Amino acid sequence: MLGFVLRRLWQMLPTMAGVVLLVFLLFNWVGGDPAFILAGKMANADDIANIRRQLGTDQPYYVQLWIFVQQIVTFDFGNAWSTGEPVRHIIASRLGPSLTVLVPLTILETLFGIALALAVAFVRGSLTDRSVMVACTVGMSISILVYIVVFQYGFAYQLGLFPVQGWGESFCENLLRYAALPILIGLAVSIAPTLRLYRSFVLDEVNQDYVRTARAKGLSERRVMWVHVLRNAAIPIITHVMANLPALLIGAFLLERFFGIPGIGREVILAVERSDFPVIKAITVYVAAATMVFNLLADLLYQAVDPRVQLK
Amino acid sequence: MNQLSASPGLWALAWKRLQGDTVAMVALGVVALFLLMLVLSARGVIVADWEDEVAVSYAPPGFSGEGRTLAATPVAAPLAVPLNELDPLAGDIAALRAGAGGARIAPPAPKRTTLAFGADKWGHDIIKKTIKGAETSIVVGLAAAVLAVTLGTLFGAFAGYYGGIVDDLFNWFYSIFTSIPSILMILTVAAVLHQKGVTTIVLILGLTGWTGPFRLIRSEYIKHKGREYVMAADAIGASSMRKMFSHILPNVSHVALVQISILVVGFIKAEVILSFLGFGVPVGVVSWGSMLNEAQNELILGKWWQITATASAMALLVTAFSLFTDALRDALDPKLK
Repeated sequence: MLGFVLRRLWQMLPTMAGVVLLVFLLFNWVGGDPAFILAGKMANADDIANIRRQLGTDQPYYVQLWIFVQQIVTFDFGNAWSTGEPVRHIIASRLGPSLTVLVPLTILETLFGIALALAVAFVRGSLTDRSVMVACTVGMSISILVYIVVFQYGFAYQLGLFPVQGWGESFCENLLRYAALPILIGLAVSIAPTLRLYRSFVLDEVNQDYVRTARAKGLSERRVMWVHVLRNAAIPIITHVMANLPALLIGAFLLERFFGIPGIGREVILAVERSDFPVIKAITVYVAAATMVFNLLADLLYQAVDPRVQLK
Repeated sequence: MNQLSASPGLWALAWKRLQGDTVAMVALGVVALFLLMLVLSARGVIVADWEDEVAVSYAPPGFSGEGRTLAATPVAAPLAVPLNELDPLAGDIAALRAGAGGARIAPPAPKRTTLAFGADKWGHDIIKKTIKGAETSIVVGLAAAVLAVTLGTLFGAFAGYYGGIVDDLFNWFYSIFTSIPSILMILTVAAVLHQKGVTTIVLILGLTGWTGPFRLIRSEYIKHKGREYVMAADAIGASSMRKMFSHILPNVSHVALVQISILVVGFIKAEVILSFLGFGVPVGVVSWGSMLNEAQNELILGKWWQITATASAMALLVTAFSLFTDALRDALDPKLK
């Protein structure tokens, strides 16, 4: 077990090195000279040379790469160019609001997805099953933007059930008052693809021999589904949830932007709008690292769910 | 031997299976209609005049009944400017007016107070605007999907065919690109490129979206390179390039085709989001994303027609495309269900 974890961490190194190299190339080579962006429109040569010296871009490339690696390891990316706020502080303070929306959203989405998928698989092939699938296809084809704009207009602006946007100080207020509508919208958007995917996972299992055996020994269809099938369908579901978590951190940027939630996703959008390279660099590298760690966690969870899985 | 007629190929069989599927044929019809509309609008046959301000600002749709109240209120005639005795140019202007009296520019055609599906802020016809926006969004989706699948196929072919260190190298690339969530990757590249334009957005989507096709094509090449027909080609001295691209590629091209149609849907959605945020199409080019961006503020004023038109057009196309993709996949690979 420990050997497996260590080996996987060791295998992550080349990928991580590649991510660092890719981000470095994108920002230092493709992105052009940041001194021109920073110096503004009315810049003179002295200012530009000065900024270059401060950023280290007058150094050779290998020195700059080394500076970047040092920044990553020490979690010190300096200050954001646009606001002067330390990048470390930006990431730390934006993580909380993001998680306040994402954790309940992921839990609800998974629970609803599993329950509905099992219920639909229970009546597979029937008219209900087919109409639910068609409804999912249509639901998935509408842009998330339309969901957000219409729900925000309808529920918050017209009916006044939720605040239109905003963010408070206390956790409970945020979760129950400000995050409620974003979570609801996130759920409405994600339930259709989740249901389709989980249904296919469940249907892969229902034709297996062990299901026939369970039925043959007289178990109720409900027990077969919820205990026998679910346990086996859990593996692809875990992969899906774990693999999606870091992506969701960024993926919720539209919700965060519309509802004024000071989260990571909104920060990325703001940074792209302001060409605030240190913030984007830091978030990209750490989200990539998080993705790899979560993939490892998913593998460890497999074994907890399914003792047949041997981690080697 | 001669009595055996030639057996139908993969594509003929798939086409036959598709024809048996009513849903797929209807979906294909809808997609074909959108593509026809795209070609016509790109050639300027239809909606070339979408930028004409044919109606009053926010003219409502004719069927909603809101137009009648609007039309009933008389438009106040512009007040005549009272004569200013101190105006030093008064004499000149009077002379000009008298002189130009015959050759006055014809007054613009009266603006309509209702349109079939309403008008936007500048009085553009929403239906024409939606068709024009569809052109941009679908072209971006198609071009980016073709670019992504071409890259994925090329990389997958090399990685799968050569194996060994080449495979390791491409897999390293693959793991790098998949460890960064695609939307973050797209935004990062958008931040770095720092310029708007249809070509830029196609490049962004295409260069970040090759990972899915790569994995599938690579595994197909690994499967195919040991088959007899490839060995036979090897025996008659075909070069590696020839084996990869003229022997194996036709046998895996159905995977690439399905991947293209899956990616088109994803990329149309991505283009809409990027353009909405202002990282996509430049000012002056209309796409579904930029239309939704305008519509967001209009909705608060109660002008619901632009968002309805855009959302319905997009939902119709994406639904039809997804249904067709599902049917295409089933038709090309009947073992997979």
